[in-house]
Amino acid sequence: MPLLTVENLQVSFHTRNGVVRAVSGVSYSVEKGETLGIVGESGSGKSVSCYSLLGLIPMPPGRIEGGRAMFGKVDLLALRKPELRRIRGRRIGMIFQDPMTALNPFMTIGDQLMEPLRVHEGASRTVARGRALEMLDLAGIPDGARRMKAYPHQFSGGMRQRAMIAMALITRPELLIADEPTTALDVTVQAQILDLIKRMQRELGMAVILVTHDLGVVAGTCDRVLVMYAGRICESAAAPALFARPRHPYTEALLRSLPAAHVGGGELYTIPGMPPDLSKAVKGCAFAPRCERAAPVCTSSPIELKPLGDEHASACVRVQAGER
Amino acid sequence: MSEFVLEARDLKVHFPVREGLFIERRVGTVKAVDGVTLRLREGDVLGLVGESGCGKSTLARALLRLIPPTGGTVILDGNDLGELSRGQLRAIRPEAQMIFQDPYASLNPRMTVFDTLAEPMLTHGRVSREGLGRAVAALMEKVGLPAAAVRKYPHEFSGGQRQRIAIARALALKPKLIIADEPVSALDVSVQAQILNLIADLCRHESLTMIFISHDLAVVRHVAKTIAVMYLGRVVEQGPASEVFGNPMHPYTQALLSAAPLPDPALERQRHRIILRGDPPSPMNPPGGCPFHPRCPVAEPRCSAAVPDLRDVRPGRLVACVKA
Repeated sequence: MPLLTVENLQVSFHTRNGVVRAVSGVSYSVEKGETLGIVGESGSGKSVSCYSLLGLIPMPPGRIEGGRAMFGKVDLLALRKPELRRIRGRRIGMIFQDPMTALNPFMTIGDQLMEPLRVHEGASRTVARGRALEMLDLAGIPDGARRMKAYPHQFSGGMRQRAMIAMALITRPELLIADEPTTALDVTVQAQILDLIKRMQRELGMAVILVTHDLGVVAGTCDRVLVMYAGRICESAAAPALFARPRHPYTEALLRSLPAAHVGGGELYTIPGMPPDLSKAVKGCAFAPRCERAAPVCTSSPIELKPLGDEHASACVRVQAGER
Repeated sequence: MSEFVLEARDLKVHFPVREGLFIERRVGTVKAVDGVTLRLREGDVLGLVGESGCGKSTLARALLRLIPPTGGTVILDGNDLGELSRGQLRAIRPEAQMIFQDPYASLNPRMTVFDTLAEPMLTHGRVSREGLGRAVAALMEKVGLPAAAVRKYPHEFSGGQRQRIAIARALALKPKLIIADEPVSALDVSVQAQILNLIADLCRHESLTMIFISHDLAVVRHVAKTIAVMYLGRVVEQGPASEVFGNPMHPYTQALLSAAPLPDPALERQRHRIILRGDPPSPMNPPGGCPFHPRCPVAEPRCSAAVPDLRDVRPGRLVACVKA
């Protein structure tokens, strides 16, 4: 049984300029111990599809319109706030893009590290302190006893991200949701942090959902990948299969437009146009207006993510029909 | 007339660090740029690479005299900028233009595209009132914006289109030199490719001389012909792009290249990655000797003795490492 099963998740934001359908019908599952990558450009709904599970989107204007998210035997979307609070930060940990805004500037690193243990497990200060020191060491922060007394502003960006990882993992969660954990970091520090997440995952046996826009990061860390576009999953596959043979024109275009794929310095492939405005109803495939291979059928038939065998699924009607 | 469009000799920018509210004491110096020498011929595109805090943006600002350098000289098109009066400096400013990272912050929200592009040309008397419409239309076409959009305001455009406006503004005065500071870092992958193609095209067809600053190696590789890698205020390696990427000689460049994730799972999983220890040191308190030696995987005792000079190791290749 998968650790987390999300079925037909629909999230919209009711703004003054109309209803923005940020996530419209997303289903996926995460197995124990695996790393799932969710890739997409800004506005594709990749973050909202995770945040909404933990009750972390502002409501209003956000509204969960439907769907289920089974975590073990409980539906996260049906839980009331106090029940969700017992799971969030304990069985599901979360790390964010910008550690400076995610950490409390008025609390020492030590107090913030111990807080989840004191809140969720009712641990004493001494016990919590011991575990916090252990965790700092695991996260690669030397001189833990002194660092516990420091405030976030005294840490560098990489150190803050380490502290946040230590904090998220101190309760030994079964699932870690990492939202762009290395986007704000330099490449050499990014390599350290990704390495740390992988090592912690092995040691604690947890599952990881890695939300990112960086296909390079996905290639190096994820077992399985979901590609999102305009609030829907357009392709899902094992990482090697996705990169070797993308089965959705959007994934293909995205891979072709990466400068790293063009070592010769030739003209980069570009995707014409812009992502659709999600406050307007999209008819058929949302990518069709920008797709090189769009046919009339793309805007006339309903779009669904369908399996193509070997755990590869695509939402492209022409791929499903075997036309490519 | 000098053969170089831009020449910087031993350029230094040091910032004093002061402490105390009423009686300020000088407690240290941040050597943001510490002895950089660069030469650009007409048509050269130099990629300046480095992690945050290495001084690349400060260097750009000092080259344009947006901040006064502490030492060294900058010669733009045969004029020593340090010896010019304010009036003369003003007269030469049109020759060097800048493109900034964030197109949301760098355009005046209250000016239409037409006004944004017309202002520099009118201020510097480059066109008559009658020819203005045509000059603006020509710029719009050059950067791939629809001519009909000239009466719109920045908020009506997407990020990529705004960056096109910023590029058009930089081109308006036909400058001798353009400095682009992270021009695609704020953009999504598919849009990033469009802007990179535009910049590469302009460099080729307009024979622009450009300094292209980025932390993303793949992006720099795509645009630049020569590369300078900065670490802690100094250039540590410089040479033709193909050689620096193909055969990096400074250990820092090697680590930087190996840390950049590649969008290919097979390659990602088998390649050997150099993971650096620690964070980049504080430029306020740099380590003695080679600034990279505390993190360097191949450091020797002699590395902490003296700062290695940037020297020619073979024609066109400059490396600041005693072991190169």
